[in-house]
Amino acid sequence: MKRKSEETNDPGTTGHVWDGIEELNNPLPRWWLWTFYLTIIWGIGYTIMYPAWPLITGATPGVLGYSSRAEVRADINAVNAANAAIDQRLVSAPLASISNDPELQRYATAGGGALYRTYCSQCHGAGAAGGPGYPNLLDDDWLWGGTLADIQATLAHGVRWEEDPDTRYSQMPAFAEILSAEEIGQVAEHVLAISGQEFDAAAEAAGKTVYADNCSGCHGDGGKGDQGQGAPNLTDVIWLYGGDREALTTSIAKPHFGIMPAWSQKLTPLQIRQLAVYVHQLGGGQ
Amino acid sequence: MSVSQKSSGLYAPQEPIFPRRVSGPFRRGKWWIMAATLAIYYLTPWIRWDRGPNLPDQAVLIDMAGKRFYFFMIEIWPHEFYFIAGLLIMAGIGLFLFTSALGRVWCGYACPQTVWTDLFILVERWVEGDRNARVRLWKAKWDARKWRLRLTKWAVWLVIAVATGGAWVFYFADAPTLLVDLMTGRAAFVAYASVGVLTATTFVFGGFMREQVCIYMCPWPRIQAAMMDEETLTVTYREHRGEPRGKKHEATTGDCIDCMACVNVCPMGIDIRDGQQLACITCALCIDACDDVMARTGKPRGLIDYCTYTDLKREEAGSKPRPAWQHIFRLRTMVYTAIWGLVGVILIVALFMRAPIEVTVAPVREPLFVTMSDGTIRNTYELRLRNKNATARDFHISLTSDSALRIALEGREVLSVEVPADQTLAQRVYVFAKPDSPAATNAQSDLRIWVEDRTSQDRAYANTVFHGRIR
Repeated sequence: MKRKSEETNDPGTTGHVWDGIEELNNPLPRWWLWTFYLTIIWGIGYTIMYPAWPLITGATPGVLGYSSRAEVRADINAVNAANAAIDQRLVSAPLASISNDPELQRYATAGGGALYRTYCSQCHGAGAAGGPGYPNLLDDDWLWGGTLADIQATLAHGVRWEEDPDTRYSQMPAFAEILSAEEIGQVAEHVLAISGQEFDAAAEAAGKTVYADNCSGCHGDGGKGDQGQGAPNLTDVIWLYGGDREALTTSIAKPHFGIMPAWSQKLTPLQIRQLAVYVHQLGGGQ
Repeated sequence: MSVSQKSSGLYAPQEPIFPRRVSGPFRRGKWWIMAATLAIYYLTPWIRWDRGPNLPDQAVLIDMAGKRFYFFMIEIWPHEFYFIAGLLIMAGIGLFLFTSALGRVWCGYACPQTVWTDLFILVERWVEGDRNARVRLWKAKWDARKWRLRLTKWAVWLVIAVATGGAWVFYFADAPTLLVDLMTGRAAFVAYASVGVLTATTFVFGGFMREQVCIYMCPWPRIQAAMMDEETLTVTYREHRGEPRGKKHEATTGDCIDCMACVNVCPMGIDIRDGQQLACITCALCIDACDDVMARTGKPRGLIDYCTYTDLKREEAGSKPRPAWQHIFRLRTMVYTAIWGLVGVILIVALFMRAPIEVTVAPVREPLFVTMSDGTIRNTYELRLRNKNATARDFHISLTSDSALRIALEGREVLSVEVPADQTLAQRVYVFAKPDSPAATNAQSDLRIWVEDRTSQDRAYANTVFHGRIR
């Protein structure tokens, strides 16, 4: 019995010749042709079952009613449902105990990181290093306290956010209207002195008295500040609005009034907690 | 240039092939290879290998979820995938080597398509009989007997196909557990889907597609032409000896008696006497068949034989062929062997040089440094600590001694952290430089972070830089 007909052994050519090479005209195997037809049928079925044909305002929905948005929504709901238990644990756990539970700490940090990048990075920077007027969250210097509870309270109620009755609030007087320019210059020399910078000794001596009369009530006798009222520590090297002579003079004469939103208006207590844990573990938490 | 009018059909129907049973040394070798390859495939997942309580005890396991590949005493992590790449290079070069020396020896003896088709034909022969019986059955009407034989054959094929698909998934999960899960309906959907797809492909490819896979689907036959040369030993018909073929023992006829034995045993349905062709997988069954006929007609064996093109020309010219080893050991195959061996040695050396603990460090670059309230400069680094041991280890983290620098771990009071068995742990560390130290005032200084398992004395380090105040 012969396997191959003469016809398939010599299929002839398509007539295409290039550089002496002829293209053979081998016929397709039958199963391959069937496979080709099958893909066409499959394609027709697909366009009936799934969204396919573009119309003016959308596409044909397909009889299966599939939508990638619905799929994402279902995925998000499934994740939320799967996280319900740990969410509950995080909200109800005493703040101090979170860091003792590695799973909880990891979960809060991961969630807090995402929230930070969404809501906080615009002002405090993607790396949380802040900038002029926006506190650095990585260092060990805190205006309103650096414990987990302090950070959570600041996040929830904001700073000088007047819509929130519990907001962190304080206001430094504009000393340009209280002190003379000379007195402001003298107290600036004193602040340079206590923060370990070069200063004019004569002016500083006078400034010490001006400081005691006008500034020590909030910033303390030694200039260590008061986190209870957001009064900055004047003896360290960290300055929110600059620490040189010019910047200090400006800040004394016409103080800044930095505000931060009360995030409890926008975020849930769970999210605030996640953010607090995240900020606390950035390196400066106390 | 002429346009052929002969072939105008849209398609060519598949010609049925009924390979006849054959016996001989090549057939016997193929039985052994089939038994060995099938045994390796079906049994490997069931070999146990004790790795302690924290790791799987399956000798060969591709653990996708855990991102590990286990092979007896070797465990490969994802970042060590170059070992797999190396093995693939060796497999590739090995194919070059074997193809340049022995032609399509992979296709003819070891390719799964060949092995499973061989197995399916074996079943077919058991159920339906040898070639002539099968041809008769193929031509027969669909009566009860034909249905019975066909259904029996398909049922046995299906059992083999299910076992084939089933064996595949055992490489990806603990085999005994997965078997129970598969049987009780508790296994993952992907397990059933894999078994289903591989069952279908095995059944269709081994039972019905057979030579079509080799001729139309497989890219390998096309590539092989580039690797074979005139010194390659391949299945060859000694045309000068066989022609003119004829049934009569006349002086004018050659040794070929045109008995069609070589064609009838061919699983690819080709005639080797047409010369080397794309469809030939060099399974050598035609050699066995022809040798049998030559023995019976009282002629020397080897009318069809492994032979090189150069030898064929020598024989035609009346001179002696060169011995087979001279064809196999030539520059080309030796270069392939050298490359193959070199890659193998590199892999083995790399395997034994792997450290049991590892550390990588990524400096946090935003910000480059943080100034603390007392003027101390702090840099932050993300460490990834890898514990490749089967037990948990304490990693002690330190700096190359420099009194001006201090290291601290985020969230920990101590300088060590426990990394669980066979895990990677991310740990943020802080390095502090005193306000006026060189590290704090230089833009950049070198830093080396050490990790040490103080119990086993295993150490590893990672180099990085410390960023000081930018002035």
